[in-house]
Parts: sequence; structure tokens; C-alpha cells
Amino acid sequence: MAGIPHDHYEPKSGGEKWLHRRLPIVSLAYDTLMIPTPKNLNWMWIWGIVLTFCLALQIVTGIVLVMHYTPHVDMAFASIEHIMRNVNGGHMIRYLHMNGASLFFFAVYLHIFRGLYYGSYKEPREITWIIGIVILVLMMATAFMGYVLPWGQMSFWGATVITGLFGAIPFVGEPIQTWLLGGPAPDNATLTRFFSLHYLLPFVIAALVAVHIWAFHTTGNNNPTGVEVRRTSKEEAEKDTLPFWPYFVIKDLFALAVILAIFFAVVGFMPNYLGHPDNYIEANPLVTPAHIVPEWYLLPFYAILRAFTSDVWIVIAVNWLTGGIVDAKFFGVLAMFAAIAVMALAPWLDTSAVRSGKYRPQFKWWFWLLVVNFIVLMWAGAMEATDFIANVSLIGSAYWFGYFLVILPLLGVIEKPLEQPETIEDDFKAHYGKEKPAKAGIVDPTPAE
Amino acid sequence: MIRLVTTAFVALGLSVGAAHAAGKAGKIVDFDFSFEGPFGTYDVNQLQRGLQVYTEICSACHGLEQVAFRTLGDSGGPELPEAQVRAYAEQFEVWDPTLFDGEGDFRPATPPDHFPGSNISNAPDLSLMAKARAGFHGPYGTGLAQFFNGMGGAEYIASLLAGYTGEEKEEAGTILYENTAFPGGWISMSPPLWGDDVEFIDGSPADIEALSQDVAAFLMWSAEPKMMARKQAGFTGVIMLTILAVLLYLTNKRLWAPVKRAAKQTPAE
Repeated sequence: MAGIPHDHYEPKSGGEKWLHRRLPIVSLAYDTLMIPTPKNLNWMWIWGIVLTFCLALQIVTGIVLVMHYTPHVDMAFASIEHIMRNVNGGHMIRYLHMNGASLFFFAVYLHIFRGLYYGSYKEPREITWIIGIVILVLMMATAFMGYVLPWGQMSFWGATVITGLFGAIPFVGEPIQTWLLGGPAPDNATLTRFFSLHYLLPFVIAALVAVHIWAFHTTGNNNPTGVEVRRTSKEEAEKDTLPFWPYFVIKDLFALAVILAIFFAVVGFMPNYLGHPDNYIEANPLVTPAHIVPEWYLLPFYAILRAFTSDVWIVIAVNWLTGGIVDAKFFGVLAMFAAIAVMALAPWLDTSAVRSGKYRPQFKWWFWLLVVNFIVLMWAGAMEATDFIANVSLIGSAYWFGYFLVILPLLGVIEKPLEQPETIEDDFKAHYGKEKPAKAGIVDPTPAE
Repeated sequence: MIRLVTTAFVALGLSVGAAHAAGKAGKIVDFDFSFEGPFGTYDVNQLQRGLQVYTEICSACHGLEQVAFRTLGDSGGPELPEAQVRAYAEQFEVWDPTLFDGEGDFRPATPPDHFPGSNISNAPDLSLMAKARAGFHGPYGTGLAQFFNGMGGAEYIASLLAGYTGEEKEEAGTILYENTAFPGGWISMSPPLWGDDVEFIDGSPADIEALSQDVAAFLMWSAEPKMMARKQAGFTGVIMLTILAVLLYLTNKRLWAPVKRAAKQTPAE
């Protein structure tokens, strides 16, 4: 790994040398595992491990589910019940998979907000950030298609609504929608292609995760101070870092165990809490549910989609400017995709020279407002579209775009940042050296705290 | 700050999911069922009574097609003895396409067969009804009601069965019955229970409320037959992971102690 100077793998025995000349796989594993990691990483840096675990969990449980699932409109619903009732441990595997999706998104949103707060997207980590956003989009697509597979009412009507978004594209929308569905409405062709893609995309995600890790192993991790690891010599680098193994592996595994204990409580005691009762009714094209809503993790973006109704001035203006080509529906679709795309542009929209939000007194407020805004949008996305909810969604959407397009560029110019520590070592010492230092020369008798 | 946002996220993530179901909800009574909460289990006697109510009343119109007769003998269910399961299944006729030289014919059901489906088209199948309805909603889309009280599927069923006011009206040729639990207030199902509709062998009360709760409990089982196994797996998972977390915590503490001690001994300049 380029960048931070550190010890590399040296093959010692004859066998190791033999293998190393032909395939340096041990070297790759060693350098990946022993990568110098800033020693001041806090608990918000554990989500990467949680996410890796989630991906593995979803793939493993998913492969088992596929052994018993039947992708056919007449049999899909009953095959899920077969898994729930007859397959050994099937109910647990399915509930783990169902709730695993929620844990996955819960972790990914915290991971993303961590990156936004500590400026992890900034130079030189733009590629890591953009790949991350691509992974988010693929996760959303995968989760949505997975939700269609049980062929319940919400599966069917969710598929109808979401593919209908593509139908809003001017001129070519309808053919695209038909092409996506494999027919004029969701049917067997839709189910089988969603099944196929739901199986494929996780492996694409896995490959992108590898690239994501490759990218940040090249630049080195960001850290809470945003100050880079010193790279002038190995000695200095070692003062700022510790090897990933064992220091961060154990720390991350501890965090993972705590999160999984909570996760198992949800799976064991309230597995349907995050789901929708309507999906226990088999799909019926003749009966529309009273209230069609996506799963919780798609709600903020769903709220943005619904926010731009035809009476909003910007929609009216764009409609007029484009000669009616961009109507309210298409505007909403564009806004929803733009809301994700604008995140990918953060590295260039943020003009501040300071990386970490810790040293940006004004930024902090706007950041936390963005977090609250995200939660409000999530809530609004779940509610029925009354005037009040439409207004809340519109304000929320405006802030979402405003944060990235106006606040981030402006803050870098007008904000006066606080003083940053010189080095990561200083930050670490300032954190742990607060108490009176023990007398020099005497080995500290207190056991590990 | 980070902890604060984490908490907010947890609360939110947990709550919003439940906020979905909306609409004009009816009045749902929060009955105390034995299977509520992490420690709740099915009451075998109640499941057997509920099975009797289902058999003698509901099954006239409704089906239970996802449920196999054999599961009536499973532990964590009504736990009928094997002979009783066989005798029970024989009351029902199922279509067997292999009979009559491949033309198919009806024959008495055996334990591996499933319950028949609904007899009339507007009577929904009840296999999953207790999971397909939510009794509790809100408040204000937060989902807290479901967090603390459960989804309320069984409560919905029991409240509906006991929620008839006796009022009727005719609308477009259909008679609708006023029901305090049904969303919108008027349901096309005529009141199925009148009190003392069935006679329980053990002399349990058979008023409308008791019957409603018994059959609601049975339908909860039919929707979630592996509930007890699931909760047990939940406990095993939580306990094992908690032990693992404690061990990892101690390992981590010990691992980092020299690093933190060194930082303490040479404070920042």
C-alpha cells in the first residue's frame, strides 16, 4: 500500500518465498490487515465492519433462501410461507434477511453522516466517497427488488409505483417502464427479472466494496481531526498510527457484537416491526392498498420525490421553461435522483480548507440540522400526502439541496475555523493525557482500565 | 453529540417503519394475550379452544390454506395428539388430482394436507390474518404504539369479532354491519359470534369476548407457528452475543491499555 510508510511482508521460509514469487497473496492479506490506522479513530469508525458483516449476512442468508424460494407469481407467496413453516430454521433465516436489510441501511446512513461530518469525502478521498454513493444506489435497488420477491400486496404495488417513476420520463418513459417490467404491469416477467437482479447486484456491491477499501487503503483512513498521518518517516508515522490488526479489528468486533445483540433482539422479539402488514397479503392487482409506502430506509428520498407537486413555484417555472416537457411528476423523479447525486458532488461543493467538522464552529450547526432534516424527511415520507406533509417535505427537500449547493460552498469562505492539532499523536495525547501523568520511570501499577 | 444522533437514529429507524399503516383506524382493545412480549408463549389450551371456534364457526366461510393439519400436533402449537390430528384432518375433504385415473376427486384429508381455502370469494384466507393487520398505529406516525404494544394483529381480530354494535345498513344491495374496530366502521361480514356458540369441554367461558380472544390467539399461531422457537433463538442470540461483547470489551481494554498509558505518561506539548 502506498502512502503511509510501514513494514511490509517479508517471506521467510522456502515455501513462503516460493509462493510469494508466483502469487503474493500472503503479502496482500498482510498489508491489508496490518495497514497503519490513525490511533484516534472514534466509535463512528466502526460502521465499515458492520456493513461488511451485513453484506456477508445478506448473501449467506439469501443464498439459503433461494434454495427454497420459487420465483413465480402463483407460487412465490406460498414458497415464503413454506420457508417460514417447513424449512428447518427457515423462519429465522428469513427474518434475519428481512431485518438484515434494515441493519444494513441503518449502518450505511450512519457511515455516510460520519463521512459528511468529518469531511471524509474531501481530497484525496473523493473516489472512495463516490464509490460509496454508487454502493448506496445499488443497495437501494437491491433492497427494493428484494422487497418485491415475496409477492405480497406492498411488493406488487411498490413495484408498480417505483417503475412508474421511469414512466414519468418524457417521450421514452413508457417504453422504458414496459421494458423494465417486461410487460404493461408487474407480472411474472417482472418477478423473475427482479429475482435475477436481486441475486446479481449484491456481488456487484461486494466488488465495489473491495474497490472502496482499496481506495481508502491507498489514501489512508480519515480520522476525527481530519489531520493527515505524518508520512515523512516510518518513525513519525508510527507515532500517529497503530496497525489495523489487532487494535482496530478487536475494537470493531466489540462494537459489532453489541450491535448484533440488539439486532438479534429485534429479529427474535419484533421481526415484523419494521415491515408492513400489507405484505402478508398476497399480491392482488385488483385491490390497491389504502396507503402505499416504501420501506423505512427509502422514505427520505420518497419524501423528496413527493415534495415537488404541481403548485410549487420552481416546478411551475421549470414546466414553463421546458415547454411542458418537465411536469411535476418528472420533476419529482429528477429531484429524487438529484438528491443522491448531489451527495457525490460534496468533495467539490465543500470549499473549506479544514477537513473535520470538529474545527468548524458554524458547519456543525448546519450539519446537525441536516441530520434532523433527514429524520424529518423520513417521517414525512411515511405519512399520507396531506398539504401539511407536502409543505414539510418541500422545506426538507429545499434544505437537503441547500446544504450541499449553497451552505457547503459558502461556509468555506465565511467561516473562521478553530485551531487544529498539529498531529494525530497530539490529539490522541490530549484525549488520554488529560489526567495527571504518572511519575516518569515508575511502571504504572494500575491494571488495564 | 455522536451518541445523541445514534440514539435518535435508533428511535427513528425503529419507529418510522411502524408508522406506515394509516387510514381511519377503528377502536382496538389492547387485550392481554399470553404470547405478548419477549417472554410470551402460546397458551396450548387457548389455542385448542381457538381451533374449536375456528372449526365450528369461521371455517364455514374462511380458509386456512397455508396451514398443514400435521402442524396442529407441533410443540409450540395446539399440540393435539397424533391420533387426534388424524381424526381432525378427516373431517375435511381435499381435492386429489391423482385419484379417479388422473381426473381427480375429493378424499378425506390426511395430516400432511393443508386446510382448505375459503369457501366464498369475499371471505379472505385467515392463515396470515394476524400478521396482515395492525391493531396499533401512531401516535403521529412515530410508531411508538407498536413499539410498546406490538403490532396488534391478534388484538385487531379479537376487537373486530367483539366490535359489532348491532346496527345494519344496506348499501348497493349489500348489507353492512356496524363495527367499532373495522376501519371505516362498516363491515360486510355478518356478526359471526353471539355468545355460547361453541361448548368447551373444559367449561371455559364462551361469551363473545372470550371466544374472540381464543380464536384470535389461534390465528396468531396460524400466522406465526414458529414464534416460540423464534423467541428462544432470539434469547440464545442475545445472550451469546452479550457474552461475546463482554469478552471483546475486556480484550479491547487490555489491548489498548499500554497505548493509552503511554499517551498519559507523555502528555501533549
